[in-house]
Amino acid sequence: MSKFRIAVHITPRKGLLDPQGNAVRDALHTLGFKPVKDVHVGRYIIVETDAYDAIAAEESVTEMCEKLLANPVTEDFEIESAVPA
Amino acid sequence: MKFGIVTFPGSNCDYDAFHAVTEILGEEAVYLWHKDHELQGSDVIVLPGGFSYGDYLRVGAIARFSPIMNEVIAHAKAGGPVLAICNGFQIACEAGLLPGALMRNSHLQFVSAEVRIRVENSDTMFTNLYDRGEILRIPVAHGDGRFVATDDVLDRLEAEGRVTFRYVDASGAVTAAANPNGSERNIAGIISEGGNVLGMMPHPERACSPLLGSSDGVRLLESILARVAA
Repeated sequence: MSKFRIAVHITPRKGLLDPQGNAVRDALHTLGFKPVKDVHVGRYIIVETDAYDAIAAEESVTEMCEKLLANPVTEDFEIESAVPA
Repeated sequence: MKFGIVTFPGSNCDYDAFHAVTEILGEEAVYLWHKDHELQGSDVIVLPGGFSYGDYLRVGAIARFSPIMNEVIAHAKAGGPVLAICNGFQIACEAGLLPGALMRNSHLQFVSAEVRIRVENSDTMFTNLYDRGEILRIPVAHGDGRFVATDDVLDRLEAEGRVTFRYVDASGAVTAAANPNGSERNIAGIISEGGNVLGMMPHPERACSPLLGSSDGVRLLESILARVAA
C-alpha cells in the first residue's frame, strides 16, 4: 500500500440554475470584467488515501464521489490523477 | 401513538416538534439521539429542522450517514411514517427516501417568513384532514430550500399525486412571487412512492397554536394520527 493524494472538483450540474455563480459573475461585471460570460462556484476536495496503486486510488475516490462527495442529482465531479502523497 | 424525534448535532426544531406532538396533539414523543441504533418503539419518525453537522459538504449529506439513519431507512422501507421537515427533508432526499434535492435559494438569502401553501393531494397519510385546494399559512426558515429534480422525476411526481404542497399567493395562484426559494414548479412538499414519507420545507410544527400566528399545521399531525391509528 502507498499513500496517494487526489484532488476532486465538484461543480453544479450543467443546465441547473447556479445562483452563486451568477452572483459572482455579476460582481465581476461590476468590477469591469465585462467579457466574463459565465461563472460556476463549486467545491475543491483533497483526499489522501492509502491504495495499492494510483488506479486503485482513483477508483476508490470515484466511488467516494458517487456515494458522498457529490450529489448525483445536482452536481458533476471530476477527479485529477492520483499523485504520491 | 409514539413519535420518535431524531436529534442530530445541529438540529434545532426537535423541541418544537416535541412540543407540538406532546402539548398540542397530546401524544407520546421521545428524542432519538443520532448515535442510537433503535427507534424505541416509535410509530412515527420525525426528522426535524436545523443545521445538522453544520450543513458541511451539502445540506443533509453527513446526517444521512448517522447511525440512527439505518433504522430510520428500514422503518421507512417497511412502510412506517416519516415526517421530514426542512433540514429533515434535505436529509431524506440525501438518504434516497425521497427523489430530488434541495439547493441554495435562488435569491441566495436565508428566508424566514410565513408563506401560503396549497394542499395538492388530500388523500395521503399526512393530509387527509385537509381539503384539496385548501390554502394553509405555515412559516418557512431556510437558506437551501429550492427543490430540484429532473423533468422526468417532476412529471412523475405530478402524475402520481405525490406533490402534496405548492407555494401559492393569497388567492391560491401558483406564481413566481409566491415561491420563496425558486423551487421547481413551486413545490413545497412531496411524498414517497409508498406515501409514507413526507418531505416539506415549511414548518407545520411551528404553526400549531393561535399564539404562534397560525394553527394550520395541527391537522397535519392529526392526519397521521387518524390514518395510522385507524
